[in-house]
Amino acid sequence: MIATFRIPGAGRLKQAETARFSFDGQSYAGVEGETLASALLANGVHLVGRSFKYHRPRGFLSAGAEEPNALVEIKRDSARRTPNVRATVQELYDGLTAQSQNRWPSLAFDVSALGDIASPLLSAGFYYKTFMWPKSAWKNFYEPRIRAAAGLGVAPDQPDPDRYSARFAHCDVLVLGGGAAGIAAALAAAETGVRVILADEQADFGGSLRFESGARIDGQDGFAWAQGAVAKLGAMDNVRVLSRTTAFGYYAQNFVGLVERVSDHLQNPGRALPRERLWQVRAKRVVLATGAIERHMVFADNDRPGVMLASAARTYLNHFGVAVGRNVGVYTANDSAYAAAIDLKKAGVGVAAIVDLRDNPTGSMIDEARALGIEVNFGRAVIRAGGKLRVSSMTVQPKNGGGERTIPVDAILMSAGWTPSVHLFSQSRGKVAFNDETKRFVPGTYAQDCVSVGACNGTDGLSATIDEAYAAGAKAAKDAGANTVKATKPKVDASESWSRGMLGAAPGAGPDTTVKAFVDFQNDVTAKDIRQAVHEGMRSIEHVKRFTTNGMATDQGKTSNMHGLAIAAETLGKPIPQVGLTTFRAPYTPVTFGSIVGHARGKLFDPTRKTAIHPWAEAQGAVFEDVGQWKRAWYFPKAGEDMHAAVDRECVTVRKTAGLFDASTLGKIEVVGPDAAKFMELLYTNPWEKLEPGRCRYGIMLREDGFIYDDGVVGRLAADRFHVTTTTGGAPRVMNHMEDYLQTEFPHLNVWLTSTTEQWAVIAVQGPKSRDIIAPLVEGIDMSDGALPHMSVREGRICGVPTRLFRMSFTGERGFEVNVPADYGQAVWEALWSEGQKHGACAYGTEAMHVLRAEKGYIIVGQDTDGTVTPGDAGLDWAVGKKKTDFVGIRGMARPDLVAKGRKQLVGLKTKDPKVVLEEGAQIVGDPKQAIPMTMIGHVTSSYWSQNCGRSIALALVAGGRDRMGETLYVPMANAMIEVEVTGMVFFDEKGERLNG
Amino acid sequence: MAKAAADKIAAPSAVERRPALAGQELSVTGVTLAVLQPAQRISLRAPEASVAVLSKALGVSLPQKPKTSAAKAGRTALWLGPDEWLVIDDAAKDPLADCAAVTALHSAVGISHRNVAISVIGPAAAATINSGCPQDLSLDAFPVGAASRTILGKAEIVLLRTAADAFRVECWRSFSDYVFTFLSEAAGDAAA
Amino acid sequence: MLLIRCPYCEEERPELEFRNAGEAHIARSADMAATSDDDFEKFFFIRSNPKGIIYERWRHMHGCARFFNAVRDTVSDRFLMTYKAGEPKPAKLPGASE
Repeated sequence: MIATFRIPGAGRLKQAETARFSFDGQSYAGVEGETLASALLANGVHLVGRSFKYHRPRGFLSAGAEEPNALVEIKRDSARRTPNVRATVQELYDGLTAQSQNRWPSLAFDVSALGDIASPLLSAGFYYKTFMWPKSAWKNFYEPRIRAAAGLGVAPDQPDPDRYSARFAHCDVLVLGGGAAGIAAALAAAETGVRVILADEQADFGGSLRFESGARIDGQDGFAWAQGAVAKLGAMDNVRVLSRTTAFGYYAQNFVGLVERVSDHLQNPGRALPRERLWQVRAKRVVLATGAIERHMVFADNDRPGVMLASAARTYLNHFGVAVGRNVGVYTANDSAYAAAIDLKKAGVGVAAIVDLRDNPTGSMIDEARALGIEVNFGRAVIRAGGKLRVSSMTVQPKNGGGERTIPVDAILMSAGWTPSVHLFSQSRGKVAFNDETKRFVPGTYAQDCVSVGACNGTDGLSATIDEAYAAGAKAAKDAGANTVKATKPKVDASESWSRGMLGAAPGAGPDTTVKAFVDFQNDVTAKDIRQAVHEGMRSIEHVKRFTTNGMATDQGKTSNMHGLAIAAETLGKPIPQVGLTTFRAPYTPVTFGSIVGHARGKLFDPTRKTAIHPWAEAQGAVFEDVGQWKRAWYFPKAGEDMHAAVDRECVTVRKTAGLFDASTLGKIEVVGPDAAKFMELLYTNPWEKLEPGRCRYGIMLREDGFIYDDGVVGRLAADRFHVTTTTGGAPRVMNHMEDYLQTEFPHLNVWLTSTTEQWAVIAVQGPKSRDIIAPLVEGIDMSDGALPHMSVREGRICGVPTRLFRMSFTGERGFEVNVPADYGQAVWEALWSEGQKHGACAYGTEAMHVLRAEKGYIIVGQDTDGTVTPGDAGLDWAVGKKKTDFVGIRGMARPDLVAKGRKQLVGLKTKDPKVVLEEGAQIVGDPKQAIPMTMIGHVTSSYWSQNCGRSIALALVAGGRDRMGETLYVPMANAMIEVEVTGMVFFDEKGERLNG
Repeated sequence: MAKAAADKIAAPSAVERRPALAGQELSVTGVTLAVLQPAQRISLRAPEASVAVLSKALGVSLPQKPKTSAAKAGRTALWLGPDEWLVIDDAAKDPLADCAAVTALHSAVGISHRNVAISVIGPAAAATINSGCPQDLSLDAFPVGAASRTILGKAEIVLLRTAADAFRVECWRSFSDYVFTFLSEAAGDAAA
Repeated sequence: MLLIRCPYCEEERPELEFRNAGEAHIARSADMAATSDDDFEKFFFIRSNPKGIIYERWRHMHGCARFFNAVRDTVSDRFLMTYKAGEPKPAKLPGASE
């Protein structure tokens, strides 16, 4: 198909590189480097979408990031399907496939557009008022239907296959916006040698120089100057130039988030390139050169495809070489639309008429338009746009009433004036100030080390902009520490100058109830909606915004906020500043989840920690469970075994012969220094001063409130050195807890803490044959019961490498924990394994470990305790040093509530039917016949099938539990009332004889 | 039986050392990553009064300025905190043994196996690390010899700049797979 | 992400390296066991949670690992100053208008 609206010789793109693309299944040809919007316009396509609420046909309003209408889906393949892409931002590549959204069955005939006809029912606040009754219908009936009818695009249903990268960057001067102001500021800063980053959201730098045909700088066309200046900047070592990069969020202390679209514009990005790159920039100074956004005119049916911003039409013509129509009308309250009419006329496009709301404006542009033979009408309003799927006419009337005249047009270019883009300034917590003369909010009070220059600062005219920006760039560099250098400021030879415009609804925007004059296109908010909100009692703009949803769409009201505010102010009869401006929040434009996630997906979502022995367990077919970030061997099934069978076998084998268990994940902290014992006394409930070197003790750590925080076996290696173990999950927080007290409460103690969790691989060998397995491999340690009794530790060698050998048990059997330097962990394990094979030992996992310890009534902190359990509650009073005068938690555990009778205490439970295994977490009641809701007196904390006991076993926290020994209690479940008996916590070898067995 | 077991000590045979990620390397445009050979390491803690004597025993001056390091004869001491140094010995001499004779107040704990070291070398080295590390790694802010504990993505690392375009990244053993994978991913995009 | 000046590292470092540790200058009694219920309540449970200036503890967790104190304005999120653990509450704040 021939691109009939491409103007030969116009625009700045090389016509040679043709890009074929499709939209809604229809094939078209475009030019590489232009936007999808430009390419569609070149093909005469204006209708590209349906509106959110009324399903009205929509075209392109803008040529940039502010676009509220032209949202399409871009589909690369079934997984790369991106909804809600602004066609005015998406660059064309060969093979691009786009689809319109929010229409069925087709864009031109959309059934839901009936909503437009029924729209008197759908006015502001409609959803709040209408779907209130019956309440239950909202979730099941109304909401799904409303969502189906009023969706934006469809979210992809497959994982995003693209890569996203991230970078932290630091610079002295960060310049946001690459128009004339941004470039001038960057030049001034860069010449001093400081680190500069210049970012612009467009593919091409230049900002409004892309369409301002009247600008000349340093003897060149403005756009050409911009390209030269940016090329110069890009070649400097101290400058980073980022195109296609949007600053979306301005955070504390000059921390700015930018997203660089790296490959969305490429036909075949390949695997090497990320789709997007997130830049998190910390800048000493920020220069905001974010420009201004043109506003539309608010009049009836101003949303018809073909009705667009005047500057957009200029961009399509001057930058992309595309005419937006053949016979355009212009509706303006501002000079800048004249420039559009002039440029189009000169390019051979018919300009039917300029309709200017102002009474008697004067200026060179008006004169030039007239000189070109364009009909110019003052003091008149366009009261209606004709046509449906494409604008066909504009109806003009004197603004104070009078005869109507309908002029046929195929596009209407409008301009109500320009709104400074203060979004990032506002996000920086700066306060805007309203300039009553120019009717603009401009930066007022700054909260951070930044400065606004050019149009976003309310500075009019290219000369003034460059002067201001250049000075600001130089000052920012100086403030960031640069020496002053002599440099040459760009010289403006010619520029366009625009006067103000108007805010709010133009005549003809209502209040007629049949008129839809759109303020916010993306959320379908009309002038009438805003007025209605005020009539219904909304006073603050924040309320009006939420009631009407004005400015709350993904375009964040870039074109609509000021109009909405002005209409509300007028209706309220208050000046604009008194009604207030809504707060701008990040992101400036929508940001993909991918760019926020960055590298943190798949394997990099979170570190997966594996022990040195992990490869062995994996090779043995172990099933793993996640314990925090660690992967731990859960059980080791043999062929044909399910989990139950494997765990039963492992538990029985440990008690019959022996088992090997990888305990490497246990936290380990080395406490070293002359005051080590004193420190231990303060951090644990137990006494430590008298513990002999070479001996171990089970320690309990409390929080200051008296509740159990962690536990573990502690070995004293020397008078001034303890080897402390913690729970696997508790390791980091225990270290933090200990450091906190050491640094801030007990800094006088000469002791230091070092995490050695990962220095040592730990192999637990437990069971009656454990010593026989270890002994042949050990040298330098007497392993006899006399020399190495239960709860002792020795240093020596095993398999020729250093070991810290603990005699300790978490199974109730004779047991050892062999610590070896981590890199030797697997080899020593393998050596122990082959010794173990001689005795019929097994490897066991965390599930068997849990069962074995529960058979002995050993608690697991975090399972049998929950942060509200004292040592007394857990039956661990014996571990609290009675003569101690201080330790963390000593006062907390004496609080009245913590010593009161009836507290929940840890006890054992035996089900009356030994085959029934209780659910962990199940509640316990006393009287099964009581009325519901029953009084719950406790809950099950641990529950297992114990093959060694031949029955189920459980631990539970029960109110006054230790006074209930032998009592029958009940565990109500959905389909059974389970009878249980309260018992002691030890289910196996109650006398503890097997520790030396 | 206990006695018998104690008497029957098998001949000690040095078992195989299996360092994490041994030998892993990655080379892309602008940056090369390599998992370094095992080194001797201690975490050294000491008050100021002990610094001189410990420096003498170790043969390297313990730096006392934040974010700095000192190196001599294959041994590097990194300032990690006001009373904390990471001493790395790449010459197979055990710094723990050197400290053992020092009676001045200190704590030396062997952590040779706790850490894994990865070198990141090339013009894109800083950019690779900045993919997940929020510190300013310009030569002004982080000159050659600078050392710091910091963050890489979701892992803690110790970072040492060994040359203008070279860094040593140390992390705990079980985080090494994450850190190496993170650096590999980042390296692929760092030349940009 | 905030920049926080670590008084031990003597420079501003990114917030990611730090961890907040609650209100500062809450002294643990030297005779803890003898503390009254009321005093324990004040010590352990009661925090000022001010709107405005707060004295709080931070730890340079992934840096020098030191705990230190900071003065921050909870309204603006701005740090007024930081100082080492154990140093007294500053008598005068930088830039304070009173």
